[in-house]
Amino acid sequence: MKYSDIVHRCFRCGYCKFTDDYQEFNCPSYRKFRFDTFAPGGRMWLIRAWLNGEIENSERFQEILFSCATCGSCVEHCAFTFRDDLVNIFISAREELVNSGKIPPAVRDYFKGISIQGNPYRQPAKERGAWAKGTSIECYNGHEYLFYVGCVGSYDEIGMRTARAVSTVLTKAGISMGILGEKETCDGNEVKSLGEAGLFQSLAERNINMFKELGIKKIITLDPHALNAFKKDYPDLGGEFEVIHYTQVLASLVESESIKFNPFPAKVTYHDSCYLGRHCGEYDAPRSILNAIPGIELIEMEQNMENSFCCGGGGGNFFTDILGGGSDSPDRIRVRHALATGADILAVACPQCARMLEDATKTEGVQDKLLIKDIGEIVSECLTGLKR
Amino acid sequence: MSNIRERLADIVGERFVSDKAEDLYFYGRDPGLMPAVHPDWVVLPETVEEIQGIVKMAQMEGIPVVPMGAGMSLSGLVIPQKGGIVVDMKRMDRIVDINEKARYVIVEGGTSTGRLNAYLNKKYPRLRFSIPDSPAATTVAANVMIHGQGRLTQQYGFNSDMVSGLEVVLPSGELCRIGSCAISNEWFSKGAPLPDLSGLFLGWFGATGIITKAGIKLYPRKLLRDVEIFVTDSPDFIPEIIYEITHTEMTEDINIFSQPLPLIFKDNHHVVIYFTGDSEEEIEFRKKTVFHSLDLFIRNKDGGFMSVGAGMKKSLLEMPQRNASTFADVTKGGGFEYSGPIITIDKYPQCTRKLDELAHKYDLKYHGTARIIGRGHAMMFAFSFTFNRSDADMLDRTRKALHEASQYALSIGGVFWKPTIDEQKMALQKMDPEFARLLKMIKTNLDPQGIMNPGNWESK
Amino acid sequence: MFDLKFDENLCLSCPTGACLVKCQYMELDKEQAKEEIINIFRGKDSPVLKECVTCYACEEYCRRGNHPFYLITQRREDKGILTAPRAITRQWVNIGEPKGKYEVGRISKKALSFGFMPQFLDITKGRLFEDVMPSYFFGQEFFCNVVYIHFGNTSVIKKRLPGVIKQIHDLGVEEVVFMHDECFAAFDSLGPAFGMQIPFRSVHYFQYLYERLQTLKDLIKPLDVKAAYQRPCSNRLCSETHKYLPVIMDMIGVDLVQRTYEDENALCCGSIFRSMFGYDLAADVQKRNIDDMTDNGAQYCIFNCHGCQNAMTAKIQARGIKPVHLVELCRMAIGEDPEKGV
Repeated sequence: MKYSDIVHRCFRCGYCKFTDDYQEFNCPSYRKFRFDTFAPGGRMWLIRAWLNGEIENSERFQEILFSCATCGSCVEHCAFTFRDDLVNIFISAREELVNSGKIPPAVRDYFKGISIQGNPYRQPAKERGAWAKGTSIECYNGHEYLFYVGCVGSYDEIGMRTARAVSTVLTKAGISMGILGEKETCDGNEVKSLGEAGLFQSLAERNINMFKELGIKKIITLDPHALNAFKKDYPDLGGEFEVIHYTQVLASLVESESIKFNPFPAKVTYHDSCYLGRHCGEYDAPRSILNAIPGIELIEMEQNMENSFCCGGGGGNFFTDILGGGSDSPDRIRVRHALATGADILAVACPQCARMLEDATKTEGVQDKLLIKDIGEIVSECLTGLKR
Repeated sequence: MSNIRERLADIVGERFVSDKAEDLYFYGRDPGLMPAVHPDWVVLPETVEEIQGIVKMAQMEGIPVVPMGAGMSLSGLVIPQKGGIVVDMKRMDRIVDINEKARYVIVEGGTSTGRLNAYLNKKYPRLRFSIPDSPAATTVAANVMIHGQGRLTQQYGFNSDMVSGLEVVLPSGELCRIGSCAISNEWFSKGAPLPDLSGLFLGWFGATGIITKAGIKLYPRKLLRDVEIFVTDSPDFIPEIIYEITHTEMTEDINIFSQPLPLIFKDNHHVVIYFTGDSEEEIEFRKKTVFHSLDLFIRNKDGGFMSVGAGMKKSLLEMPQRNASTFADVTKGGGFEYSGPIITIDKYPQCTRKLDELAHKYDLKYHGTARIIGRGHAMMFAFSFTFNRSDADMLDRTRKALHEASQYALSIGGVFWKPTIDEQKMALQKMDPEFARLLKMIKTNLDPQGIMNPGNWESK
Repeated sequence: MFDLKFDENLCLSCPTGACLVKCQYMELDKEQAKEEIINIFRGKDSPVLKECVTCYACEEYCRRGNHPFYLITQRREDKGILTAPRAITRQWVNIGEPKGKYEVGRISKKALSFGFMPQFLDITKGRLFEDVMPSYFFGQEFFCNVVYIHFGNTSVIKKRLPGVIKQIHDLGVEEVVFMHDECFAAFDSLGPAFGMQIPFRSVHYFQYLYERLQTLKDLIKPLDVKAAYQRPCSNRLCSETHKYLPVIMDMIGVDLVQRTYEDENALCCGSIFRSMFGYDLAADVQKRNIDDMTDNGAQYCIFNCHGCQNAMTAKIQARGIKPVHLVELCRMAIGEDPEKGV
């Protein structure tokens, strides 16, 4: 296994599972399961035990490995110099399991959907651009930017809502961009994080080739997970593009005072998506947008930015739901964090977070008290037009 | 016993009991070098009643019960020597109550030192407790249970001396309050003016019961902290240096370290002196007093205060110090362990020489750390070796070095701190037989079936 | 083999005895001063050898081309007179030991030397350094070792410095801009004083900054702040470079406040005093120094040496003065924000 020269170096001291003030457990799977085996240290020790033949690849072992949300909180908080590789190590172990063929059924189903339809929703590829009906977004045709929507934005009801809002706002703001529509296929970020390296590579290569053929140089992503794959993994496969998240585009429009807003009176708290925040280092752009909207009072949750608590959807768990369920499900905990601030709106910048958290408000029975809104949606509701 | 799992699930809920190989593997070992023994079940209770239920059931069935916090003693204290149930206490992590004016806090048995620290930082910034340098995940209750030491130990003794009350599930499953809280709602004293029964539990590693709540004393937290390091080239000066510094009564804490790497530390002994104060003037006065207490050493060129760079200062002022854990990665191997006897301060020179000797003999990377307990009343001296977990030969050499260190410590009048099962046996052999008999009498009376963390403090 | 070149006749005919007369830590008149320095040269005992606090200033006070401080430090070693506690000396000697952890950038004909201080990598950014970066090197292998004159330990220097000279030469550089006074002095003053050949051209970073600022003068927006300059001991070893300081300040619009303790009369940061002699001398010097800054209205304290900066930062901040390295100040003047690393 890749990184097998590192796994024995974990001291299982437990710094990895905390926020940086040690107040809360910030590892979503540990926070839910509470067995030390579900903390990063537990995974490290068990991966080593498995490599040494001391334990087998059992259902429990799979549950332990695949419940990791790859949220990167451990990378942020581990005390050791190898911390940057923690999530990579867990992904490598998943790769080994995938190669062995013994993986959870939900994971297998996910791969199957992607392999056959190019999306995990078992929906036909030609429906991929359906979300755009009724909007003015065009198919990519030499625009400055490709607007890459991703599977969740293309097929998930809430994701589509977000995609429409964001495309409307950006188009209105004069950004030259187009979509791939039914030609778009999965970016592969979750495929990679679930350990199917081969499938990821073929998806990435297909995308890279298509982007190049179409002459695409710059990409705006709806989903931070796609942002992560394009920025971090595609360059190694020859895909060098200028990739930004849509909140970064909006933030620069705000900074240049190119857009203006009607008052939007609301108490808003913002949930950092792990892939936008910890993985891609963008904490300021979403906040600068919210702060620029008159009437919004931005209240931070205690666990924010580098200490943000994952919604539980990362690392493929959005699709496999191995981490979800029960009152300690990370999405429900996160909703309770948001409620504790007294906010009426929990703003997000990721369609996966949006779906996870909106579902959780229903399970918690607080959908009337706390609205989940993507920043794109908020902006679309108060954007008055371009400043001249 | 086939239905034990179900009965445990009835008590704590299905989600919080496991007999899966992965959990048994992990909970059967700690980061130190004691051999693994797998438990049969791991449970994660959330309430006192659940713990009582677990213990009563275990008592009925004669199943061993081992309470566990973070499992970071390094000496294998929560390795279930005879299998049975490991009770992971960490879901019981509430801060139950705090009495600001009487300066004590009551925490549940699984509350981490990190969590309590964060809580005080936010809610009671004028109060603090004695934070050990073990990782933030370690629990307050386990730390006092093992007679841990922390940042206030130089002023107030062992962290167990700062206990202000206990709530314990006895081996019978009954719940018992110890100290002032036994007859009052106030948790200001673990014993006095009553007979002090806290000694029935502190230092027993769970062999006499499970601490479900611990009251601990809080202390004034000054606005400012700083650190200075006095270095000397000979360990022989250390006892006198410590005597002089502790005489001033001006310091928060005093640690000593010596280590061959990085080179800046080679061949010197470093007395790390912590200061606190509510103003620059206060802290400066304390420093000045301590500096002057060492003038003779400085004039004779026997020692001096080194310049402490910003990075080093930051790391030293951290609570807990994360680099106390990262020592485990010196050989890129994920482990370290120490034999940490409590000794009188005059034994520092010989212990540090012994440490050098052992490190060379067994070809190990090492450091020596000492923590002053009280006004120089004693010190914990850690013969600390870092090892590579994947190097079997190094593990073996480390075990041998630790064993020799323990034997040596015992021979010079040291008393083991958080001893391994093997060290406990050495101690039981050496101790006053009447003391050993008294231990046995207490254990037998409290836990006649011997189900509580069996193997610990057990004499024949 | 490396003997100090010291001309006794220059002292015998010295009209002032300035080296010791001007000493801020000892009271000697002209005749005593001359007598003591000659005694020291001739290998006799002298109270100066015991009382010298190693501020290096006599190297500057002597205008006749002799090296009084190098002499003092050499004789201390000859006579086994310790300046610092043994452990402190040991620590410093250990710090400078090469350990294979040096770093070399993309070296061209001209390079920056950081001595063994990696923190220079954080500040040598932006337009001022675009001419030379990333041509830089640092690490113990490139450490000048001059600091050991504080410890009466020239033998370490004699042992290590020739190797350092070779290491630098082997990089193939023709000109080295030294970011620290002691390093510059090693190759400009101390090395030659002990008869070492230096096969490259040494440039002090003051001169480099001055020339760069000339080139970039269109970018300069005067900072319009009042600042005190903390002149380090090591600048005494290359005192001719001190003339650049007021010129640079003038260029970037910094008002150097008039102080009691400036130029030849500058006071030590106290760092070395503290580890050598304990509390009182360091506390006294630091207090006088910082009082002098505040009394004269300094908003900033400009550091040239990271050692001074480390020793004084907390203390000056407590008095409302902002610490800044000279390089950072120059970068601010051309519109860069060193704190943001821009």
